[in-house]
Amino acid sequence: MTALLEVQGLTLRYGAVTAVDDVTLTVAEGSRHALIGPNGAGKSSLFSVLGGATRATSGTVRFGGTDITSADEVARARAGLVRTYQHSSLFLRLSVLDNVKLAVERQSGRPLRPWPSPRADRRVAAAALERLEQVGLAERRREPVSSLSHGERRQLEVALVLACEPRLVLFDEPTAGMSAAETTRFLELVEGLPREITTVVVEHDLDVVFRLADRISVLAAGRLIADGTPEEVRSDAGVNAAYLGAADGREALFTDAPDPTTEGGRA
Amino acid sequence: MGWLDANLISVLNGFALAALLFLIAVGLSLVFGTMDVLNLAHGSLSLIGAYLGVALVGDGASIGAFVLAALLAAVVGALLGAALAAMTSAITDHLRQALLTLGVALIAADVLRELFGSDPERVSAPAALAGSVDVLGRPYPVYRLSVVAVAVVIGLALYYVLERTQAGAIVRATVADRGMVEAIGIRSQVVLLGVFGVGAALATLGGLLAGPVLGARPGLDSTVLLLALVVVVVGGLGSVRGALLGALLVGQVQTLGVSLLPGQASFLLFGAMALVLLLRPRGLLPSPYAHAGGHA
Amino acid sequence: MRRALVPGVVVAVVLVLVALPLFLTPYPISLVTRILAFGLLVVSVDLLTGVTGLPSLGQIAYFGVGAYTAGMVGVHVTDNLPVQLLAGVALAAVAALVTGAFVVRTSGIVFLMVTLAVGELTHRLADGLDAVGGSNGLAGIPPGTVLPGGEPLLIAGFVYWWVLAVFLLGMAVALVVSRSPLGRAMRGVREAEGRLPALGQRTYAIKLAAFVVAGAVAGAAGTAWTAQNRFVSPGDLAFSVSAIALLSVVLGGAGTLWGPLLGAAVVIVVRDELAAYVAGYGELLLGVLFVVAVYALPRGIAGSRLRRVPSVKPA
Repeated sequence: MTALLEVQGLTLRYGAVTAVDDVTLTVAEGSRHALIGPNGAGKSSLFSVLGGATRATSGTVRFGGTDITSADEVARARAGLVRTYQHSSLFLRLSVLDNVKLAVERQSGRPLRPWPSPRADRRVAAAALERLEQVGLAERRREPVSSLSHGERRQLEVALVLACEPRLVLFDEPTAGMSAAETTRFLELVEGLPREITTVVVEHDLDVVFRLADRISVLAAGRLIADGTPEEVRSDAGVNAAYLGAADGREALFTDAPDPTTEGGRA
Repeated sequence: MGWLDANLISVLNGFALAALLFLIAVGLSLVFGTMDVLNLAHGSLSLIGAYLGVALVGDGASIGAFVLAALLAAVVGALLGAALAAMTSAITDHLRQALLTLGVALIAADVLRELFGSDPERVSAPAALAGSVDVLGRPYPVYRLSVVAVAVVIGLALYYVLERTQAGAIVRATVADRGMVEAIGIRSQVVLLGVFGVGAALATLGGLLAGPVLGARPGLDSTVLLLALVVVVVGGLGSVRGALLGALLVGQVQTLGVSLLPGQASFLLFGAMALVLLLRPRGLLPSPYAHAGGHA
Repeated sequence: MRRALVPGVVVAVVLVLVALPLFLTPYPISLVTRILAFGLLVVSVDLLTGVTGLPSLGQIAYFGVGAYTAGMVGVHVTDNLPVQLLAGVALAAVAALVTGAFVVRTSGIVFLMVTLAVGELTHRLADGLDAVGGSNGLAGIPPGTVLPGGEPLLIAGFVYWWVLAVFLLGMAVALVVSRSPLGRAMRGVREAEGRLPALGQRTYAIKLAAFVVAGAVAGAAGTAWTAQNRFVSPGDLAFSVSAIALLSVVLGGAGTLWGPLLGAAVVIVVRDELAAYVAGYGELLLGVLFVVAVYALPRGIAGSRLRRVPSVKPA
């Protein structure tokens, strides 16, 4: 498999704080990659840099063979590198369908056309509806987003991202705050994505991580401490030490996981 | 030296105007910084202070009477500020708050016109400060220098309260993160009431002190409001140091600017404001505590 | 209001507006004319404030460009109103493009203050520029004609029809834009400006396009103002006019276009007409209206009729 995203020596410093420390990793085309680590490990910072919202202090990011280190969020989204947000940031007072149209229109070519055009508008609406059907929100297309539940908003986030026709989707803690049923629904949704879409998930819930991922990178204190298949990460000495450490009552690697006991048991 | 000699009076006038603008604008800035309330009735508070001066000490009173009038103006301002705080606290939307406070300003303008007439009123400086002193060989009104001194004292006091006391710490914390302050059990309504009260008291006090310099007339309220808005926006919302820097800049532009480039002062003023905002959208000296998100 | 009824209501309102001069005397007609011109300015403010979420105190600048351009064309070039309209709209749009290129880099309260600065700079420019009459204003604008070589419009009713035509044109532009992809993107900026880049949309381009459209509409309103008054003065561009235009939007219900129009009508009637009954207290009445409206109509005139949408505070 070819590498889609190549991160080389990426470092992000805020003043004296090093949020991301010399991270090098590769995401293969078509893979289901997960990024884990405790709060403050630098996952969100790394995501922010990969998405283009924050400029790295040093290091390079290549996407599909092109250097995108200095490309902004818009350029990355247009190249097919799209992210979701940890705190749903949707267009709350617009209808569900209009939310997706905003993403579809970017692809259809004339997002700033200042007059309606029945034919183009029908095409955009149909494409948007298709995305909503994919995530199971077609029924609610006319409602404002503000009337959706938390889980439904996350589903809509996925529809928005898919409407951008991405090659790589960065999911930032997609199941945080979801009920068990919503999480299951969401996992089925991501598992059902075509393999042309590569995914990278930052996630606290290890059940989710081990169900979804075929490759896992572990961050701690801004550094990459492990990177491999789920089996390799499970048996990795460093990661394992951290898990055992948790059992001993020392600082846990997965401090903010929902249920530490099951975690320890699994490790 | 020749340049300073020629423009000394303008520069000094700039400092006097800056002192008045600082007193008036700092309340506007703090109220916005703590509660995001854009108080468009702030200029009216100053004009009320000025008219209080007209009514009480307009013909030149003793210094004691003048100080008493100033204290009374501050008390009246604090009460009006508390009333405004109570009125705005039920409204969350910024534009609706603006609509409400502009409504109050329009009502106040007509009521003041009814009470004091449409003609500009003059206020005399207290007798003891009515004379002039020599500044670098030029006579300059003592009163204006006293205004600068008063503003310095009040500014230092404000700085001390905000930076060194418990109450100040709460206000700073509210500027930074209102939700967090609520979470530790402090009613932000109380903070708003306090900040609004103090800010309004400074505005009426500033208005009264401005009487002998600017007089009192219908329309002065919106002039003062515009200048104060420019001061806080240029300086940085929610910041005392920002209000000071903004006031110094605006004061010089309005006086030195007028004498150097007659007729161009307002261009300079609004042009400078546009430039500052485009280069530094959060103002020259934004509050180090202010939340990063945009206000709307 | 049910959706199906909307076209019927719009047609009925337009027909009534067209027929007004047949029933009303010149004085109330000139009042309605003023409401239409000011209303179109308010609609342009709403395009920015209500639709795009950019609270503006500066639309008066482009209104002024339109009004003064129409006046200058009238004095020096031709009394043909369509030419004055085109010139005014074109210049206002260019002015909005040039200033907007800088202004739309900001948002929220900073946008409000930068637009205030632009409005005030225009006001002072008009006041200081002798070529356009300086502080005396631009006088001597001849009555306009609609067709080249046609009869000048001297009767209030004919002037009204011209202003109504400009108004309907401006409204049509505003409605068309707000129903277009650009309009949706503008609402996207209002709801979550920070989210659009991640969808590949450049918010700068959206905001600038919105700013130019709003500037052009304000320019059209300015030419209508000149066509009616045949006089423009710096006082027409004062801060108080900007403030009242913005607050008409809030009063009417931001974002609905027709709500702010009602807001504008209420404001003009209260300030200019009711005030006649309580001599000299127009501002007081307006102030009372604003204060009462804030508490009695929490969603504006339009919002009190529409389905309630849960209030949303940006994070």
